[in-house]
Amino acid sequence: MKSSSTRLIVATVTLGALALLPPISLFLGQDFYIDLFTRVMIFAIAAVSLDLILGFGGLVSFGHAAYLGIGSYAVGILAYYHVDNGFVQFGAAVIAAALIALFIGWVSLRTSGIYFIMITLAFGQMIYFLGESVNQFGGDNGLNIERHSRFADFLNLDRPTVLYYFVFAWLALCLGFGWRLVESRFGMVIRGAKSNETRMLALGFRVFRYRLVAFVISGAMAGVAGALLANLTLFLSPSIMHWTRSGEIMMMVILGGIGTLVGPVIGAIVYLVLENVLSGLTEHWQAILGPFLVLVVVFSKTGLLGAAGEWRAKFPHG
Amino acid sequence: MADALLETRQLRKRFGGLIATDDVTVEILPGEIHAVIGPNGAGKTTLVAQLAGEMRPDSGEILFGGEDITRLSAADRVSRGLARSFQITTLFAEFSALDNVALAVQRAAGHSFRFWRAARREAVLREPAEALLAGLGLAERRHVAAGNLSHSEKRTLEIAMVLATKPRLVLFDEPLAGMGPDDSKRMVQTLLGLKGQVTILLIEHDMDAVFALADRLTVLVYGRAIATGTPQALRANEAVRRAYLGDEAE
Repeated sequence: MKSSSTRLIVATVTLGALALLPPISLFLGQDFYIDLFTRVMIFAIAAVSLDLILGFGGLVSFGHAAYLGIGSYAVGILAYYHVDNGFVQFGAAVIAAALIALFIGWVSLRTSGIYFIMITLAFGQMIYFLGESVNQFGGDNGLNIERHSRFADFLNLDRPTVLYYFVFAWLALCLGFGWRLVESRFGMVIRGAKSNETRMLALGFRVFRYRLVAFVISGAMAGVAGALLANLTLFLSPSIMHWTRSGEIMMMVILGGIGTLVGPVIGAIVYLVLENVLSGLTEHWQAILGPFLVLVVVFSKTGLLGAAGEWRAKFPHG
Repeated sequence: MADALLETRQLRKRFGGLIATDDVTVEILPGEIHAVIGPNGAGKTTLVAQLAGEMRPDSGEILFGGEDITRLSAADRVSRGLARSFQITTLFAEFSALDNVALAVQRAAGHSFRFWRAARREAVLREPAEALLAGLGLAERRHVAAGNLSHSEKRTLEIAMVLATKPRLVLFDEPLAGMGPDDSKRMVQTLLGLKGQVTILLIEHDMDAVFALADRLTVLVYGRAIATGTPQALRANEAVRRAYLGDEAE
């Protein structure tokens, strides 16, 4: 009860702060924060999508950046062929990511534990090398995207603030959808399968099918994040599909609080802001970020959100 | 005689040189509590595993409600009303007792590709689960995480979950294992309370409990069913006494 009320407070405060960020940063003349936090929210969507299967489903997918890349490439490739209708681009991103996730999940969900991690990693790297080898779309060097996705006249994504709120809306939508999902019958099945797969099978649940659908939903959501990322960077690069990127997304989930929805959002904020601040101070910023991540994981198994909950329990009026 | 609800015909399973199930033919009648007893290594657990669909027999047939289910998966058997309870309690430790049962109710309520409504607010899932827990005396403990329940409470919760799948027949594999005398007595009462609601195939070492519960017994020795009958009839059966009950009878 207590931890869920902590989460609700954190979620409300976080979304409220994100909603107010553009006017404040414009007022302070620090437009740069709008860009940074657009990026933060995009990775927050990717991290939330991963946590749906990782934290709630217990499926350690180590190739999640692949879906981010597929979403990006769907937008970029369509733009390359002068299709800049946003509905078409985003629809293609979601469908492509979902189909690839369906295939990868259909194969890899037959395994479990370390084999599942390795297979999802291998698929992720295959897609990364595919992106690197397709010279038509820039290959290794990447490819510029000429213009933003076009949805409607009032939604001009060329303007950073509009893009920011567009991403914000997607984040809110994904959080809302994720929240309904994990509380639904479907969500209970996924969580039950994480808790005790043998028992789920004995009860007569066909666990594989439910996991596969969760895997596809997660991939599709990461595809949306990819489509948004393409709009932010206006650049396609296979590097967004590299396995280290999958590791970063996983780090965000673990850092913020695995098995929660707002946790990955916190994780994305802390990870990317720290990365930004520290890399301004020293080129060896990873030497600081690394130990910080280790400390968080050592001292709180449930990440920063868990630490906040424990702190609140210790000092109820603090 | 009434038609059997569950029957095996010349069921056979071997592991290398060991014949764990040797041409076992038994009939479980609707409504009865049928106990399978036998010394350690008699093949009781192997028999249950084949009935539940976790293990394939080498030959022979298993019929449930007249249908050949020999080749059906465990999940398909559950959906036909043949459920099992586990020897080692396996629960969803982090979920509350109520969530555990509600998940089992959910299984019986059709597919779970429902993505929107909060499952914990669905009366069709919660109410039957609450009723089952209340019927088994766990109502006050329903919000406790299953992992934090006592051993016998876990066993009882386990039974509630099995009943929630609306089975016609339940395979109980040593429901009294690891229980103290008080808890055992309570569990025997619980199982007696199920009589009439559901047919039970019981595997149990505790002979007092078996004789208190069972309508009929099958004695398994070295994989063979050497006798089937009422407790009174088997007590008088010389072969059974020699093979199994002998030690205790003297």
